[in-house]
Amino acid sequence: MLEIKNLHKSYPIGDSSLHVLKGINLSVKEGEMVAIMGSSGSGKSTLLNIIGMLDEADSGDYILDELPIKNLTEKKAAVYRNKFLGFIFQSFNLINYKNALENVALPLYYQGMKRKQRQEKALFHLEKVGLADWAHHLPKELSGGQKQRVAIARALAANPKLLLADEPTGALDTATSHEIMAFIQQLNDEGKTILMVTHEEDIASMCKRIVRLKDGVIMEDKPVTQVRASQYV
Amino acid sequence: MFKFLFDRDTWQEVFDSFSKNKLRSVLTMVGVWWGILLLIGLLGSARGLENAFNRLFGDFATNSVFIWGQSTGIPFKGFQEGRRVQLSLTDTKKVEENIEGIEFVVPRNLRQTSVTRKFQSGNFRVAGDYPLLDMVEKKRLLNGRFINQNDINNKRKVAVISEDIYKQLFEKKEQAVGQYILINNINFKVIGVHKLSNVNMGPPIDMHIPFTTFQQIFNQGDKIGWVMITGKPDYDIVQIEQDSKLLLKNLNNIHPDDKRAFGSANAGKEFGKVTGFLTGMQFLTWFVGIATLIAGVFAIGNILLITVRERTKEIGVRRALGATPFEIKRQIVVEAVFLTLVAGILGIITGGWILILLDHLFGQGDDAAIVNASVSILVVFIALFILVVLGTLIGLIPAFKATSVKPIEALREE
Ligand SMILES: Nc1ncnc2c1ncn2[C@@H]1O[C@H](COP(=O)(O)OP(=O)(O)OP(=O)(O)O)[C@@H](O)[C@H]1O
Ligand SMILES: [Mg+2]
Repeated sequence: MLEIKNLHKSYPIGDSSLHVLKGINLSVKEGEMVAIMGSSGSGKSTLLNIIGMLDEADSGDYILDELPIKNLTEKKAAVYRNKFLGFIFQSFNLINYKNALENVALPLYYQGMKRKQRQEKALFHLEKVGLADWAHHLPKELSGGQKQRVAIARALAANPKLLLADEPTGALDTATSHEIMAFIQQLNDEGKTILMVTHEEDIASMCKRIVRLKDGVIMEDKPVTQVRASQYV
Repeated sequence: MFKFLFDRDTWQEVFDSFSKNKLRSVLTMVGVWWGILLLIGLLGSARGLENAFNRLFGDFATNSVFIWGQSTGIPFKGFQEGRRVQLSLTDTKKVEENIEGIEFVVPRNLRQTSVTRKFQSGNFRVAGDYPLLDMVEKKRLLNGRFINQNDINNKRKVAVISEDIYKQLFEKKEQAVGQYILINNINFKVIGVHKLSNVNMGPPIDMHIPFTTFQQIFNQGDKIGWVMITGKPDYDIVQIEQDSKLLLKNLNNIHPDDKRAFGSANAGKEFGKVTGFLTGMQFLTWFVGIATLIAGVFAIGNILLITVRERTKEIGVRRALGATPFEIKRQIVVEAVFLTLVAGILGIITGGWILILLDHLFGQGDDAAIVNASVSILVVFIALFILVVLGTLIGLIPAFKATSVKPIEALREE
């Protein structure tokens, strides 16, 4: 599903540059659920953003679903993001003047789907995260957990192959975190490939594999026995 | 390509971002609204003034000149200076035959004389005229008719009197046409009553009688007092005046440089001054209106730029969800055009109201200062077209700004 070879990335800082990723090799198969861990500043977000085509690597190969991702035009990148990827952010990133339903329908809008069909589909996904009754509420009327569920529904709306989540539970309390993780696990059970950044061990243990970054390289990459989040809910 | 314009979602997006920034959007639109209002209001008023002016001159052939004889200023060919210059019918024939661009040559004789009816009498200005006068100075007849060729041929003793004279010589509501008056102790039949024009060249005439009749009763012979010349539409009346005067000087043994010999009043010249002023005013109006408009559109661009900066993160999110840079840009441009257009249309409507108001205040009655203050549909369309073009251009700046950063940088923005 996803193949990364010898990936490098550095940020220019004044005259010098900060080498953040120093040769990452990573391969993720379909249906996996991977946690990316590491201390703050170790480059987790940088890696996830490159995978999400929001940022570009300096060198190395990145192949997504047999498509080499290199020197994409912004337009192509946008189309790929729309087709292949779903994003879940720590701060939800819902559009504050659009209600839950419209937020979920947004990726479908950019897919060029007809309004009616779009709304049906968005409602279907909202139902899936248990928020059908909140469809016409604005983000500010929702709790943190509800917002993240709307964000998950939005990430799912375009039926992406790969779900990318940067600290999806980072802004939530433990109980709500577990609730969200239960959702994500359920999605993985249904076959979605999931990559998430976290620095909470208990959240990471709810994935099937943990990749640890340190100083821009992968220090450890091992499968774990998945802890089911539903047992805490 | 423009399919998106008919997509409800495009407008939903516009509406959403509008209602999100209501106050600011409204404030922005004020600039454009004001510019258009100014443009429409001023252009309409200028047109109204022009119309009023045209109505004032409406009865009058504006490309015309009046020439009369005075006395010479330079001795010439053995004649002393100070010799009286007397125009003649022969002169006018020569002018008509030789000068290029002439439409009509209308001679006139004029004299102050006593007029009596029953027990009323007075001294009035009587002119001997040709029917052609009607082409130079359209006569607004309240009753009866003007002098015709028959009157001229038969030297009939008929008179067309002005409304003022009618009021002086006749009782209220009395029928004047068909009645007789004494001019210079000769019985004349009144054939018409006319209203004086707003604008007259030379002194106002109290009554018109046939030229030939005048010739006969005052024993004028070939002599005439005035000649009125009108030019064909494409010819310069100032040039015609010069040419005619030169010819007349030649015919009357007057030095070509003599400036005193002939007096003249050139309607075309005066008319040109006023139309020049009106054109200047319209030009100024366009200038002021468009400058204001551009300033207004720039204000919109500025606000959009701020809005776009504030929405950087939102735009980042949209791009993460699959919006292409083109879609983002297009949306921002549509917003810019929409704001300018709505503001512009409101400006046109309120501008129209102002013109209606002006019409109510100053546009009523016969001698209104402003007549039919209005702008043509063409001007409205030009204004709208300019707005669309400016809106698009100005929208491009924030549009490019919005997509100039990488999506990740946009997302990182707080
Ligand atoms: N746009 C940028 N310009 C310069 N330096 C950057 C930029 N983005 C990230 N960095 C630096 O690169 C390093 C890695 O950043 P990154 O966000 O990937 O860390 P992280 O592992 O996600 O950390 P955290 O757990 O705090 O989110 C950090 O030292 C950060 O300061
Ligand atoms: Mg991070």
